[in-house]
Amino acid sequence: MSAPTVGVLAVQGDVREHLRTLESLGVRATTVRRTSELDACDGLVVPGGESTTMAKLVRTFDLFEPIRQRIKAGLPVFGTCAGMIMLADRIEDGAAGQETLGGLDITVRRNAFGRQVDSFEGDLVVAGLDAPVHAVFIRAPWVESVGPDVDVLARVEDGPAAGRIVAVRQGSLMATSFHPEVGGDARVHRLFVDLVEGRDELDPRG
Amino acid sequence: MVESTPENTPATGTTRVKRGMAEMLKGGVIMDVVTPEQAKIAEDAGAVAVMALERVPADIRAQGGVSRMSDPDMIDGIIEAVSIPVMAKARIGHFAEAQVLQSLGVDYIDESEVLTPADYANHIDKWAFTVPFVCGATNLGEALRRITEGAAMIRSKGEAGTGDVSNAVTHMRTIRREIRRLGALEADELYVAAKELQAPYDLVKEVAEAGKLPVVLFTAGGIATPADAAMMMQLGAEGVFVGSGIFKSGNPAQRAEAIVKATTFHDDPDMVAKVSRGLGEAMVGINVDEIPQPHRLSERGW
Repeated sequence: MSAPTVGVLAVQGDVREHLRTLESLGVRATTVRRTSELDACDGLVVPGGESTTMAKLVRTFDLFEPIRQRIKAGLPVFGTCAGMIMLADRIEDGAAGQETLGGLDITVRRNAFGRQVDSFEGDLVVAGLDAPVHAVFIRAPWVESVGPDVDVLARVEDGPAAGRIVAVRQGSLMATSFHPEVGGDARVHRLFVDLVEGRDELDPRG
Repeated sequence: MVESTPENTPATGTTRVKRGMAEMLKGGVIMDVVTPEQAKIAEDAGAVAVMALERVPADIRAQGGVSRMSDPDMIDGIIEAVSIPVMAKARIGHFAEAQVLQSLGVDYIDESEVLTPADYANHIDKWAFTVPFVCGATNLGEALRRITEGAAMIRSKGEAGTGDVSNAVTHMRTIRREIRRLGALEADELYVAAKELQAPYDLVKEVAEAGKLPVVLFTAGGIATPADAAMMMQLGAEGVFVGSGIFKSGNPAQRAEAIVKATTFHDDPDMVAKVSRGLGEAMVGINVDEIPQPHRLSERGW
């Protein structure tokens, strides 16, 4: 298989960091702001940013339904932080009327860890990786509850949020509360690229 | 400049966490608000954050007097009203105002020339805080001095409260040109460059090698229309602060939304044209040239 094309939704947020990380893995990374750009993608990343802004702009630029359709048709999508919120079927503490693309059978709590002064970085064990990831959490959400088909890939290990779910996967969708694109470790993106390329090392059943 | 973090203990207030917060705001618009109602309008329009302050710069200009940090009750009200990040302004050098803002739980502090400076020699030691800071700059040396003091985000200053974008353009072009110039120098010429920029050599070398600041660079000061925002983004801004431009205009909600869209689609003239239609009156505006030198806000801070 030739290198797949992975798009990064580029309406707002840390698009450049995702592009750089994806390029380091040898895939073709491209920005997505139009349906024609979405059509060319074998996978899509929804980056970190402000989820209320992103949802609004995705709607404004007529990307909402096309992305939903692609998700339904099995497009691999990876969301980080705001991207996790965008992929969640349900939000707690969302802004009034806040829409999501959905697809992941999870309930996400926005700004769950607190305000910016509570943002933190630390090591985190992620299923499918042999060594911990150094994870950066910025005004991060956590997953309040998951449906039966969702695999939990990581939980906070200690502190007041111990046990909270911060990485999940369901079928071809993946999401993390933290920002693997910030900090130079490409292994979480590698898991996603494996999904895009049809390798399924994360599947606990497989 | 990036301090090392013990790899296994969760840490707050690190350089990566502070600078990372600004990375998440990229491509977005941060709007000045003075009440919870305005904050709500900004959030609904798609702002990535709001900036709480006592008076918008146009009113500070018109009314004169000393301009300070907002009332904590007002900041609390704004934090309550919206789910997006809330920034707030402290006076240059006023570390106690900054301590108060941190204790209120604001997400970013703007050590801002728009307020009356509290210290005409020293800026705040921003490393001493968990909350991150954004600071204004008119040129590269000023930006690097602020980063040395711990700023995690830089905005070009422009001339706030005027609706005249010319200074924003000058400052953004200057910063970007000075960065390009550094990239063209030989390694042994960077020592003198650091001296001329009045900035630490290590930081100058880092910028020369990366071809960009180590923190996010936004624009500010005089942006009043969607086309202003689109121009500043094309000139290399990574996002936009809009102050008086929104709530001093005829139709704030619609103008706010139009500036958000023009910022995202800054390279698509058809889109900028579309969102520019029917916005009603822009803020009245003052030509920067007509403001006597001592009244120019961008000359505060050094």
